[in-house]
Amino acid sequence: MNPANYLYVSALLFTIGAIGVVVRRNAIVVFMCVELMLNACNLAFVTFARINGNLDGQVVAFFTMVVAACEVVVGLAIIVTIYRSRRSASVDDASLLKR
Amino acid sequence: MTSNSLVYLIALPLFGAAVLLLSGRRSDRWGHIFGTLMSAGSFAVGVSLFLKMLGNPTGERALTQKLFSWISVGSFQVDAGLLADQLSICFVLLITGVGTLIHVYSIAYMSHDLDRRRFFAYLNFFIAAMLLLVLGDSYLNLYVGWEGVGLASYLLIGFWNQKPTYATAAKKAFVANRVGDMGLSLAIMIAFATLGTVSFQGVKEHASQASTGSLTAIGIMLLVAATGKSAQFPLQAWLGDAMAGPTPVSALIHAATMVTAGVYLITRSNFIFDLAPTAQLAVAIIGAITLLFGAIIGMAKDDIKKALAASTMSQIGYMVLGAGLGPAGYAFAIMHLLTHGFFKAGMFLGAGSVMHGMNDEVNMRRYGGLRKFMPITFATFGLGYLAIIGVPPFAGFYSKDKIIEVAFNAGGVKGIALGTAALLGAMITAFYMTRVVILTFAGSKRWDDKAHPHESPFLMWAPMVLLALGSVASGFFFTHGNSLRNWLAPVVEATPSHEGELLSPAVVSILALVLVAIGVGYAIIKYLLNEVPQVAPADVTVFTKAARKDLLQDNFNEAVFMRPGQSLTRGLQVADTKLIDGAVHGIARLAIGSGNLLRKTQTGFVRSYAMWILAGAIALVATIWVVTL
Repeated sequence: MNPANYLYVSALLFTIGAIGVVVRRNAIVVFMCVELMLNACNLAFVTFARINGNLDGQVVAFFTMVVAACEVVVGLAIIVTIYRSRRSASVDDASLLKR
Repeated sequence: MTSNSLVYLIALPLFGAAVLLLSGRRSDRWGHIFGTLMSAGSFAVGVSLFLKMLGNPTGERALTQKLFSWISVGSFQVDAGLLADQLSICFVLLITGVGTLIHVYSIAYMSHDLDRRRFFAYLNFFIAAMLLLVLGDSYLNLYVGWEGVGLASYLLIGFWNQKPTYATAAKKAFVANRVGDMGLSLAIMIAFATLGTVSFQGVKEHASQASTGSLTAIGIMLLVAATGKSAQFPLQAWLGDAMAGPTPVSALIHAATMVTAGVYLITRSNFIFDLAPTAQLAVAIIGAITLLFGAIIGMAKDDIKKALAASTMSQIGYMVLGAGLGPAGYAFAIMHLLTHGFFKAGMFLGAGSVMHGMNDEVNMRRYGGLRKFMPITFATFGLGYLAIIGVPPFAGFYSKDKIIEVAFNAGGVKGIALGTAALLGAMITAFYMTRVVILTFAGSKRWDDKAHPHESPFLMWAPMVLLALGSVASGFFFTHGNSLRNWLAPVVEATPSHEGELLSPAVVSILALVLVAIGVGYAIIKYLLNEVPQVAPADVTVFTKAARKDLLQDNFNEAVFMRPGQSLTRGLQVADTKLIDGAVHGIARLAIGSGNLLRKTQTGFVRSYAMWILAGAIALVATIWVVTL
C-alpha cells in the first residue's frame, strides 16, 4: 500500500485533535484531543521510518509514548483536583490567574 | 644659585594659617599674635635673602630652590620650584613687609570682632599664596598662587558674610576673577602648545622661535588675566564692591599686593610682550583707559573706601601703562607699584582709622574737620596724599612722572595719546584726592553728636606712621642713582627708549605739577571754600550720575553678559526638560503603551492560547511551504 495514505490519516487525526483542543470546553475531552494529536504524530514518525527504511522514527515514537504516558498521569491528576475543588471540568472556568 | 631657605618664606605663613584654622576656638586668645609672628618671620627671611642677594655679583643674584618634581610625563617636566630673582624679591619684601604692618594694625582694628582668629588665618593664607605667586618659577606654579590669592580675596571680602550684600560682593569679585583666571590658563595652554614648556626660563629661551601670532595670543590672554586680577578695564567692576571686606584687607589685598599681581605677571612675561608689539600696545591702551576710568569714578564717590578703591584702579592703570611701554617702562611700573604699595596701604589704614573713630561711618559727607581729633591719622594720610598726587619730593612724584615721561617718549601718535591720558589722569587724581582729604579732615564738622571721633590706639597708628615714612622716602630711594632700575635690569633688560625724547623730564614734571595744581585748586574752591551738603546733591550732570554708578560698568555687564547668560541658562533648562527628559520619558511611555497592547492577548483562557499556538504553527508551516515552493 502507498505509505502516503498513512500520512493522510495522520494529518486527518492531527487536525481533528487540534480542532478539538480549540473548540471543546471539557478538560477531559481537550486532554483526549491532545492525546489524539500525539498519536497522529507517532503515526507520522513510524510512516517516515518505513519510507526511509531506518529506525529513527520508531525510536522517537517510543519516546513520545513514554512522554504521553507521564503527561496523562500528571494531567489527569490536575484535572481531577480541579474538578474536586470547583465541581467543574470546564477549561474556560479555570482562568483565575487572569481575573 | 640655589638656596634652601626660600621655602620658609611660604611655609611660615602657611603653617600659621593651618594652625589657626585647625585649632579652632582654642587659639582665640593667642591666634592674632601667632599669625603676626608668622608673617614677621616670613619678612625676616625675606630680608635675609635680600641681603644675601645684595652680596652676590649682579649676574648671580637669582636664587632658586627645587621643592619636588610635580608633573613628570615623558619629556614634559614641571618641578614645583621657587625662584627669587631681583623682581620677585621686591614683591616679597613688599608683601611680607606691608603684610606684617597690616597684621599689627589688624590686632587693634579687629579686636572687637569675635572671629579675629579666623581673620588672621585668612590673612596668613593670603600672604602664603601671594608669595607663591611671585616666587613660582613657572607659569604653572604662579597659577597655583594666583588661584590661592583669589580664594583668600573671596574669603576676606566676604569675611562679614552675615550681611548678604557683602557675601554678594565677595561672589562678584570671585566671578570677575574667574574670567581673568581663564585667560591665564589659556595663556599657559597656548605657551605649552607652541613652546612645549611652561617655566619662565624655558619660555624666555624659546620665545624667539615662536610665531608672532602665537606670542600675541599668549600676550593677550595674559592681559586678560591681568585685567581680572588687577581690576583693569573691562573687568574692573568688582574692586569697588570688594571694599565690603574689613579695611585692613582693602589695604593689603585690594591696594598694595594682590591687585598688583597683574602688573607682576606682565612684567615677568616681558620676554613675550617685547616680541609681540600688538599685545604690548593693548596693555598700554588698557592701562591708559583704566587710569582715566578709575580717576573719573573716584571724583564722584562719597564712600571714602570706594573713592580710594577707584584711585587704586587708576594707579594700577598707571602701572599697567608703564608695563605696556616695554623695556623703557617695566622698571618704572614696578617702582610705582612699590611706592603705591606704601602710600595707598597707608591711606587705606588711615581710612580704617577714621572709620574706627567714627562708628564705621564711611560717607565722607558725614565727616569734616577731623584733623583736630585725629592728628596722627591726618598727618600720615596727608603724607600719603602728597605722595599720590605727585608733589616732590614724595614717592609718587618720582614714579608717576617717570611713567608719564616714558609714555610721551614712546613715539608718534601713540606716545602723545598715552602721555596726554596719563597727564590728564594726574590732574584728576589731584582733584579727587584733595576732595577726599578736604571732606574728611578739613572744613566744618558734619557728623552728628552720636559720633565721638578719637585717635586710634598705638597698634593702629604705628603701622600708619611706618607706611607714611615709606611714602615720603621710597621714591627718592628708588630713583637715587637709578638704583631700582639697575637692580631690576637683569630681569627686565631695561634699555632706554630709542625714540627721540619728545619731552624732557623737566618739562614733564613742570607740566604735571601745573596740572596737579589746577586739580588741587579746583577741589579747594569746590569743597573748602563752599559749603559741603550732607546729602549728595541730586541735580547733577548725567556725567556725574554715571560716575557715581562706576561709569555704568555694572549696567553694561548686566545687559551684555548677565541677562543673555540667564536667558541661555533658561534656554538650556527648557532644552533639558523638554528635549532630553522628553526623549527618556518618551521611550518609557512607548514601552508602557506597547506592553498595554500586548497585555490584551493574555486572556487567561487556555483555549485562546491553544488557538494562538495553532495559528503560529499554521503560519510557520505555510511559510515553509511558500518558501520551498
